[in-house]
Amino acid sequence: MASVPLLDVRDLTVEFATRRGTVRAVERVSFSVARGETVGIVGESGSGKSVSSYAVLRILDRAGRIAEGSITFGGVALDRVPERTMAEMRGREISMVFQNPRAALNPIRPIGRQIEDVLIEHALAVPATARAMAVEALRAVRIARPEERYHAYPFELSGGMCQRVVIAIALACRPQLLIADEPTTGLDVTTQKAVMDLMVELSRERGMSVVLITHDLGLAAAYCDRIVVMEKGAVVENAPAAEVFAAPRHPYTRRLLQATPRPEAGLRDLLPHPVPPPRPQAPGAPLLEVRDLVKEFRGRNGAAPFRAVDAISFTVHEGESLGLVGESGCGKSTTSAMIMRLLDPTSGSIRFAGQEVGTVPASRFARHPLRGKLQMVFQDPTDSLNPRWTAFRSIADPLLRLGGPERGAGRGALRAKAEELARRVGLPTDLLDRFPHQLSGGQKARVGIARAIALDPDLVILDEPTAALDVSVQAVVLNLLADLKAELGMSYLFVSHDLNVVRLVCDRVMVMRGGRIIEEGDTGRILHAPSDPYTRALLDAIPHLPAAAAPAGAL
Amino acid sequence: MHAPVPASIAAAGPAPRYGWLRHLRHVVTGNPVTGVAFALFLLLVIAALFGPWLVPYDPLATNAAAALQPPSAAHWFGTDQLGRDVLSRVVVATRLDLAISVAAVALAFVAGSVIGGLAGFYGGWIDRVAGRCLDTIMAFPLFVLAMGIVAAAGNTVENIVYATALINLPFYARMVRAEVNVRREAGFVQAARLSGNGGLRILAFHLFPNALPPLMIQVSLNMGWAILNAAGLSFIGLGVRPPTPEWGIMVAEGANFIVSGEWWLALFPGAALMLAVFTFNLLGDGLRDLVDPQRRT
Repeated sequence: MASVPLLDVRDLTVEFATRRGTVRAVERVSFSVARGETVGIVGESGSGKSVSSYAVLRILDRAGRIAEGSITFGGVALDRVPERTMAEMRGREISMVFQNPRAALNPIRPIGRQIEDVLIEHALAVPATARAMAVEALRAVRIARPEERYHAYPFELSGGMCQRVVIAIALACRPQLLIADEPTTGLDVTTQKAVMDLMVELSRERGMSVVLITHDLGLAAAYCDRIVVMEKGAVVENAPAAEVFAAPRHPYTRRLLQATPRPEAGLRDLLPHPVPPPRPQAPGAPLLEVRDLVKEFRGRNGAAPFRAVDAISFTVHEGESLGLVGESGCGKSTTSAMIMRLLDPTSGSIRFAGQEVGTVPASRFARHPLRGKLQMVFQDPTDSLNPRWTAFRSIADPLLRLGGPERGAGRGALRAKAEELARRVGLPTDLLDRFPHQLSGGQKARVGIARAIALDPDLVILDEPTAALDVSVQAVVLNLLADLKAELGMSYLFVSHDLNVVRLVCDRVMVMRGGRIIEEGDTGRILHAPSDPYTRALLDAIPHLPAAAAPAGAL
Repeated sequence: MHAPVPASIAAAGPAPRYGWLRHLRHVVTGNPVTGVAFALFLLLVIAALFGPWLVPYDPLATNAAAALQPPSAAHWFGTDQLGRDVLSRVVVATRLDLAISVAAVALAFVAGSVIGGLAGFYGGWIDRVAGRCLDTIMAFPLFVLAMGIVAAAGNTVENIVYATALINLPFYARMVRAEVNVRREAGFVQAARLSGNGGLRILAFHLFPNALPPLMIQVSLNMGWAILNAAGLSFIGLGVRPPTPEWGIMVAEGANFIVSGEWWLALFPGAALMLAVFTFNLLGDGLRDLVDPQRRT
């Protein structure tokens, strides 16, 4: 790789004008991408990894500007060329794949037309020939029956299919460089693997360079030649992938590696400092018994009813944590909503703490005596907090509605209880007066957990509680959840698509597919000797760090 | 495509506890237009509250000797055909015009929010029935509808208020319905259910406050319309009757004298009307910023 690199970024500094003056989002960042090379830019939210790539394409929003540095692409100084030249480069020479494929596609135009747009825009086709080329582009990204799908609208396609279409648009003009910004976040693991494999294969076929922006070290390890690690707007490590994982030089890289779930690591191994493991709990009497639970949704316009949950049965014991794993659409969210009594089942029984709760209508369960004993931590910490309420008010709400002695004891006692809860979940008490938009993702997650444990629940459903968090925050939050469970004697039903995370917290795992539970057993057995081929496919699709990366001796 | 501002920027710096007044100051000083709007609004409120004590003449006192005098040092806005001081009448009229529009908008806001909230939250037949009723109101030319209501129900100030409220109600109901509907399945609503909140409580304390920022824009625009509407009804002889000072009547009476050159009779009440509408239109963004905690960065 001694030749001139395709993309060369030197001392790039990007500034954002904000209310409180100028903020440097990226400071003196340098990296280069050779022809045919796949470079991973890895970092946590706020590290500036997206901003640096947006600067390359000059699509920063109005408040942002390139303050210093140079960006050279194939001999052209991208930071200096006029906007018109830049518009020609985008899509034709450098393309981008965005995080949310549904948002990146125009919802009211057929996908084939959207591919034609970019071809015609860059004068690679005229309307007469565009259609054949668009169909060809769809075929290239392995979309079955491309002639029919040419007419499909984005809402008719699954998330993985939409991302393939976005890739088809990005690659339609055969660019030399593809920038993929978290291309598989929000996709299932098996879909993620298919999309990533496709991208790598196409880039190899066409000799294209790829910049993969991701927070997932496992993904970067599996697909990248070289890794650039960013922290707080600066590059802290830039080395061939094998080297980064075998011998990480920067402490931040080591911390990231350590926080990433790995097959051989336990929950405590993810933390930077050794902590004694939580006291193990022996499972007690059955707490939640679900029998032949069914949920049918009415078909639209006379279509056959759709069975989202198809006669499932399972038991959660006291002090146990049970994992419920499956990909999107498998019925796991419907199941948890029914158990939480937010949704009425079509048939079947839900026995909780010795009482049948499945027959109490969801609309009336708010005043049921067991309401406080059955709580939930939601997937998206931002969405699950009222944007107009302070953290204190969110945590105090269940106490005010269903609380015991605090309810009538006045504001002082309420405040004291909320502060105790905040301390318990590791949230600094001075943050209680902030609104959700003033808190970080991890802090919001803690508010959500504090609210869920405010009423001393017996069973907490954790609905992908760490899906929206950075790996280092995820490691801390997972450990916090394990500690709280031991301290408060709760049981967990952990709903997730990520076997890697479920494994860390759960004693037992169920795998769900198409509304049915296809496999159930001890975590260790499911992980090491799955009996169902689907479970094996799920396990195989998880991108892993190379074994050498186990940072046992790294710290 | 916009690059996301990194979280480090959003979270940087301490976020102190903002008091209501500090927030108000921040909103007013943050945008000069909002500052001007709040100043004009304050002027209107002062005129409405203290008008009768501030004006130099009794707005109802006639003086045949000084009829139809052009603006002068003694009568800044001149006098009308009965010798009444136009300035005094314009200032005193503020109270009635503001009272009618505030009452009408408040009524429309409350009733519209209740109807829209229930329709958006429960959906089903409530939504369908409410939606069709609102469509029916919207199908009429609104000013003609208001005329009809006042003419049929009786020529009183209360009926102007009711008529104005009714024609504005659908805008609030639709907006609240849409805002509630998009958030009905949000995570924080489900979390509120788990905390033991019943449906109505969730609607009132969790969902409705989230509809307030866009509603505030609607309120301020509506205030302008309501003032115009009340003045318009008076202009055509419905509602407020002479000799009560009211901008609409004053413009209507003054219009007769424009041809003979006495322009000040219609111009000054018309300008006051324009200023009031202008103020409320400017006020919208400021009001929204005031009720939106996300602006308290």
